Amino acid sequence: MSMSGTVPRRSQRRPTRLWRSIRHASGPWIAAVILALLAAYAFVVPLFSVDPFSLAGMSILDSLLPPRWMAGGDPAHWLGTDDQGRDMVLALAYGLRTSISVGVLSVLIGLVVGGTLGLIAGFVGGWADTLIMRAADVQLAYPALLLAMIIDGVVRAIVGGQRSVFAAVTIVVISIGFAFWVQYARTIRSSVMVERDLDYVSAARISGRSEIGIVFLHILPNVMAPLFVIATINLGIAIITEATLSFLGIGIPLTYPSLGMLIRTGNNFLQSGDWWIAAWPCILLVIFVVAVNVVGDHLRDVFNPRLKGRG
Amino acid sequence: MLSYVSSRVLQTVAVLLVISFIAFLLVQNLGDPLAILLPPDATLAQRDALVRALHLNQPIVARFFSFVVDMLHGNFGISYRTQEPVAKLIAERFPATAELAFVSLLITIVIGIPAGVYCGVRPRSWMARAIMFTSIAGVTLPNFVVGVVLIAVFSVRLGWLPSFGRGATVNLGFWTTGLLTRSGWESIILPAIALSTFQVTFVIRLLRTQLMEVGRSEHIRFARARGLPDRRIWYVYAIKNTLLPVITIMGLQLGNIIAFSVVTENVFAWPGLGTLFLQSIQAADIPVIAVYLIFVGAVFMVINLAVELSYPLIDPRILKRTS
Repeated sequence: MSMSGTVPRRSQRRPTRLWRSIRHASGPWIAAVILALLAAYAFVVPLFSVDPFSLAGMSILDSLLPPRWMAGGDPAHWLGTDDQGRDMVLALAYGLRTSISVGVLSVLIGLVVGGTLGLIAGFVGGWADTLIMRAADVQLAYPALLLAMIIDGVVRAIVGGQRSVFAAVTIVVISIGFAFWVQYARTIRSSVMVERDLDYVSAARISGRSEIGIVFLHILPNVMAPLFVIATINLGIAIITEATLSFLGIGIPLTYPSLGMLIRTGNNFLQSGDWWIAAWPCILLVIFVVAVNVVGDHLRDVFNPRLKGRG
Repeated sequence: MLSYVSSRVLQTVAVLLVISFIAFLLVQNLGDPLAILLPPDATLAQRDALVRALHLNQPIVARFFSFVVDMLHGNFGISYRTQEPVAKLIAERFPATAELAFVSLLITIVIGIPAGVYCGVRPRSWMARAIMFTSIAGVTLPNFVVGVVLIAVFSVRLGWLPSFGRGATVNLGFWTTGLLTRSGWESIILPAIALSTFQVTFVIRLLRTQLMEVGRSEHIRFARARGLPDRRIWYVYAIKNTLLPVITIMGLQLGNIIAFSVVTENVFAWPGLGTLFLQSIQAADIPVIAVYLIFVGAVFMVINLAVELSYPLIDPRILKRTS
């Protein structure tokens, strides 16, 4: 048996030495640097500029200017302007800031909700375990994107018509966060079920720790690593989900746009040939998500080789 | 075998009941159907009639029971947004979505399966590498971006294909089809490609991995040792063994395809169920959302059940193991 596996397996991971070296050594580093630069762009630029989505930031006279290297481009606007005369470089920074914030917040919500439920299911066991894991099974019938849409619709019905920007953003964060809790819960549950019978837990119990103390101070630190790996990979999916919701018009409002919202706006001008309004946010979204995925895949391989090839 | 089938069927029914109960609670607790559905100058008699029609005068368990019975009879309630029966709304939109799904499935089968088999059999050829490289785009590009790019290239720049709607349709009485007219086919090409991008890349990658794994197994080595021709080894012995995981995972992906159809229909203004669902979410139209919740759950459960029950047909060894 061991012989049969060795020869063809080498051919499986053959794709050229160059590609392998990029993938295994420098790839994740390049991706991490790109992420850091983009995050700096998204969070620093807004500190030194007028919000282009406020009344003061628009200038209708400059609307629909093409990028500066094209005929009719304005040297002041490198990537052109949108229909309201907003500079695309600025608009993209604000959009990326919203996308990153919403993505990170919703991943945190999923992490906290799923992590807590998984801890309870794994540590308490019994009916709590059955209840939580059956709920997870039911939820798995729905893809995260669809579930986020359904939660979004239901929360809209609960909240009613009068929604502030803050409420709208919260709805999106909650919808995406709750759509992703199952994966965290399942992962942490299976690790906790292994950990809870180990000697150090018994030792903590004998030395008089309360059950809650054991769970949070002793078990939790030992099961966190895989959660962070999943969280990184989910960040990419969360950002795409948010962009999709916003593109569909059920996400973030126009006054606080994300990349998805910018693409939605740009899509209206595609037919008239003003391609840049939609193209820049599309490209930025794809670069950011690919970089997140490369870093996430790398973390997964480093921290948890068992998960290799999944997700 | 019988006990296996019946326990799986029972599980499925139980989960569907839970999903229906959640949907039922949503419909019961969100929005006041009387305020929404009655005209402002309604008489008490009209009000009473509606209360009775919606079973609002019964206890909750009885209401849930009649909710399930109504669903089974295709009586899905009344939309808050359009004031029409939900069943009618769905019946109008269903053909558009079914045809879109059908054409994209066709693309998946015609392109995805041969390309996947090729990449699995000849993983080192430059063609296979080129296919794998392009498939990265299909995996990473968000679904709506694919749609936007297709429109930008093929309808705006080149002007070859329309970017929205279904084109001319033919009414067959029970079904309105766009597949009998030239403009109908022209309109369906771009959305079907956008919808199938994910499936095609998924099938290619899956088939490739599976075939490369099966290619290493004992029975393939033995078939080689017997001196069978390569073609027979791959197409008769190897592919059969990749069927099970491929069918399972494709079944599990169905939910994603439903989700992506909502996105694709929105990008191409396709008048199908996805567009209806999206309008309902925007309007917080709970009765339609509830039906969609049950519908997606039911489709997913039934497909999963069918996939699982078809295992013994594909691989008879499974039955022997369980019994």
